[in-house]
Amino acid sequence: MLQSDLATVLPELILAIYAMGALMFGVSSGKDQTTGTLTWATAGMFVALALWIGFGNAGDRSAFGGMFTDDNFARFAKITILLSAAAVLLISQDYMARRDLARFEYPVLVSLSVIGMMMMVSAGDLMALYMGLELQSLALYVVAALRRDSARSTEAGLKYFVLGALSSGLLLYGASLTYGYAGTTLFSGILSTVNEEVPLGLLFGLVFMLAGLAFKVSAAPFHMWTPDVYEGSPTPVTAFFATAPKVAAMALIARLAYDAFGGIPDDWSQVLSALAVLSMFWGALAAIGQRDIKRLMAYSSIAHMGFALVGLAAGTAEGVQAMLIYMAIYVAMNVGTFAFILSMERDGKPVTDIASLNMYSRTDPMKALAMLVLLFSLAGVPPMLGFFGKFYVFRAAVDADMAWLALAGAVASVIGAYYYLRVVFYMYFGTEGDRLDSRMAPAQWLALVAVAAAMLLGIINLFGIESAAALAAESLVR
Amino acid sequence: MDLMLREYLPVVILLALAIGLGLVLILAAAVLAVRNPDPEKVSAYECGFNAFDDARMKFDVRFYLVSILFIIFDLEVAFLFPWAVAFGEISMVGFWSMMVFLGVLTIGFAYEWKKGALEWA
Repeated sequence: MLQSDLATVLPELILAIYAMGALMFGVSSGKDQTTGTLTWATAGMFVALALWIGFGNAGDRSAFGGMFTDDNFARFAKITILLSAAAVLLISQDYMARRDLARFEYPVLVSLSVIGMMMMVSAGDLMALYMGLELQSLALYVVAALRRDSARSTEAGLKYFVLGALSSGLLLYGASLTYGYAGTTLFSGILSTVNEEVPLGLLFGLVFMLAGLAFKVSAAPFHMWTPDVYEGSPTPVTAFFATAPKVAAMALIARLAYDAFGGIPDDWSQVLSALAVLSMFWGALAAIGQRDIKRLMAYSSIAHMGFALVGLAAGTAEGVQAMLIYMAIYVAMNVGTFAFILSMERDGKPVTDIASLNMYSRTDPMKALAMLVLLFSLAGVPPMLGFFGKFYVFRAAVDADMAWLALAGAVASVIGAYYYLRVVFYMYFGTEGDRLDSRMAPAQWLALVAVAAAMLLGIINLFGIESAAALAAESLVR
Repeated sequence: MDLMLREYLPVVILLALAIGLGLVLILAAAVLAVRNPDPEKVSAYECGFNAFDDARMKFDVRFYLVSILFIIFDLEVAFLFPWAVAFGEISMVGFWSMMVFLGVLTIGFAYEWKKGALEWA
């Protein structure tokens, strides 16, 4: 019994033991000279685990009396999380080392937060959900304040912590209402309560929990921490925030909606569509006035979460599949874009001002072209991969008789295209001014070019994620 | 539904009472109290001396670390008590779960020690 339970959580267990071992190794070898080794080892660990989960034995298993579920959906999300976290660690290593940020705690904290994310996407119980969420969040609060001698970074950490605690409070309040009315914290138990008759208190619980989780995916109107935290945190940390935690929280919403409240899709679908519409429009409109590329990416991520929520709001297996495809593409685009943002510097100092990209195509046509592809893809211009992500979620919405939602999304993405294209405009037709340095670390260059190439080549068969996402959605929507 | 709501009536009464009483006590001080402040009255009291410096002083961040450490081990004891009381009934799984928990805590402690957070020099 225990043996099979432990076998099910083995990837998480190994990562946890690795994280503790890495912490002991780092602290016992004194100063931060082990950071480089640990970063590479952690990234290697993530990739190895992703391969293991991907090529390991398929099949639905659950452990610890249903508290932990290991199915195709969880595995898809875990692989996305692990690979994106590994990519972010590798592209940020050069930045960390050169900006005197290379503390060995960073890779350790990232692996702890990745364990939390893996628990989240596998949660089968409200308590397991909360534990995973907090493990993830607590590590993120710390890394947001990684540059502890900078007022902005500590402010970002504190802001994130206070608002994160608030959202955890909302979530817990909802969870306690749900427990009170369903009499159990197990998702399967809540599902059977919902299938009979739905008490009003349970709906309150559902809405509170969704509000708490909307904080974590930074969906409007629970997004206000995002721009400040993205801007204040060190750029590698921002890159991390924009990728893996978003996938985990989005997968968690899907899991909660289907595994625990699968009997009342109409009720949560309303909430999710409201969140989706608000996020898409607010993300598109508020980004227009931004001058800082990190703030721009914050609003961009708010808008993208809105699009992914459209898929979930559809309430069908097709919708979940579309959401998973969207998140995978979104993460890839963000890794590429942040690889470029990490390399933005003038006279050796990092800059994040959009105006500093003026005439960048003259300095470095190759990287400007890669950025052009990425920004077009973020905007959803065909034939880049970003367009197909949007296409899938809109199609899912139309098929679920929510054409208005798809229409709203289309309008929002047209508005949003303006600010992505403005960056392209600066790069190609801007005014002459101080140029950026052309230096870029090899890992960053590789990530930028590889992702940009993937955005173009992926249109052939989406690298097979379509069928993988379909399998994952099938295992969630029964 | 009605029955369940009625079960919570005492809680609602308690809540109303607590909020009401709290408001009354705060407002009573504002409404009823006699106030004629003078410099001696409003200055900080420091054992009969004149105040040495501002009351809002900076203090060492290490106090904060020690208090965090205290909370961690305080919680550990809170977990250990019920575990120890039920020790006869729990299985070996329960025993080893606690051992793993203590091991994880020890790793955190060893990190803090090695980092020099406990040194007061």
